[in-house]
Amino acid sequence: MNQSLSNFIVPGVMVGIIIYGLVKGVDIFDTFLDGAKEGFRTSVKILPTLVALMTCVGMFKASGALDILTYALSPVASLLGLPEECIPLAVLRPISGSGAMVLFNDLLASYGPDSLIGRVASVMEGSSETTFYTIAVYFGAIKITKTRHALPSALTADVVGVVMSAVMVSVVFGTA
Amino acid sequence: MKWIFSGLILLSVVFGLLNGRIDNVSNAAISECGKAVELTLTLMGSMCMWSGLMQVADKARLTEKLSRLFSPLIHLLFEKMDHTSAAAQAITLNISANLLGLGNAATPLGIAAMKEMEKMNPGNRSASNNMVVFVVLNTASMQLIPTTTALLRSEAGCATPLDIMPAVWVASLCSLTAGVLACKLLGGASGAKRVRHRHRLEAARGIRGGR
Repeated sequence: MNQSLSNFIVPGVMVGIIIYGLVKGVDIFDTFLDGAKEGFRTSVKILPTLVALMTCVGMFKASGALDILTYALSPVASLLGLPEECIPLAVLRPISGSGAMVLFNDLLASYGPDSLIGRVASVMEGSSETTFYTIAVYFGAIKITKTRHALPSALTADVVGVVMSAVMVSVVFGTA
Repeated sequence: MKWIFSGLILLSVVFGLLNGRIDNVSNAAISECGKAVELTLTLMGSMCMWSGLMQVADKARLTEKLSRLFSPLIHLLFEKMDHTSAAAQAITLNISANLLGLGNAATPLGIAAMKEMEKMNPGNRSASNNMVVFVVLNTASMQLIPTTTALLRSEAGCATPLDIMPAVWVASLCSLTAGVLACKLLGGASGAKRVRHRHRLEAARGIRGGR
C-alpha cells in the first residue's frame, strides 16, 4: 500500500506544480527551461568537489582503515547495545552512500530483514544521510572552505541516530 | 574541508601500507575520480528537471505560500531569517523535498538555499551559523517514508518492510535535534571565542601602543 503510495509522489508533485502554474498564468515552458539551465550550471559547479571527495573517500575505503575503525569502536558499540554486525554500517553510512547500501543489503541477506540485526540496520539506513557528501556538495557549491562546526555537529547527529536506532528497535520490537 | 581531504588521503596511504593494500588504494585513486564524473552526469538530468519545476513553482508564487506554512520552523531554527526572504523560501522547498523523499530534488534546492544565504553574508569564505544549521539538517534524514530502505527490505523477503517507520521517525528526530543543538552550542561557543580573541588582540595592541 505505502509502496504504491510512494510511486505517486513524483507525478503528484509535478502535476500539482504545473496545474498551479497554469492557473496563475505562468509561461510554463520558458520558466522551466530557465530553471533547468540553472540546474545544469549547478551540476557543473559541484563536479570538482565531487571528484575531490569521491577520490579521498574511495582511497580511504580501499585502504582497509574502516576495518580498523570498526574494531576500535566495537567495545563502545557493545556498551551502547548496538549489535556488533551493524558497526561497519554505522561507520560507512556517513562516508559513502553507495558503499553503505551494499553493506546494508549484505546484512539483510545474511541475517534476514526481520532479525534484530536486520531491523537495527534498516532503521540506521533509513534515518541517516551521507554526511560527508552533503557537507562537501553544499559548501562546495558556494565555495565555502571554512565549514566551522558543521562536521562535528553533523557527526553528533549521526552518532545519536545510530544509538537511537538500536534503542528504538528494542522499544518497538522488543529485544527478541 | 582541507583537513578532511588531506586527512583522508594521508590516512588511506598509511593504512594501505600497513594493511598491504596499497595497490587497492592506488586503483581507487585512479578510478574513483572518474566515478565522480559518472555520478554528476547521472544526477544532471534530474537536477535540471527539478530546478526547472521549482522555477515554475517559484514564478507561480507557490513557494511563497509554502514558506508561510513553514515560518514557525524557520524562525525556530535560523537566526534573523525573514520567512518571506528568498533564502527562507529555498530552505522551505528543500525541507519539503526531503520530507517527501525526493532526494534528487532536495540537492539543487539545497544549493539554491546556500546561494541565497551566501548573499546575506557576501564574500565570506567561512560558513555562517545559518548555513551550518541548514547543512546539518540535510546530513540527518528528514524523510517521512524511507522508500529505498523499504524497497531493499521487501526485496530481501520482508512481508512488512515499512514496520520500521515509527523507529525511523524517532531516531531521525533525535538525530536532527542533537545535530541542531550541537550547532547552536558549538556555533555560540566558537563565535564567543572569536570575539574574545579579537578583544585580546585589541588589548595586546593597546599595550604595545601604550609603550
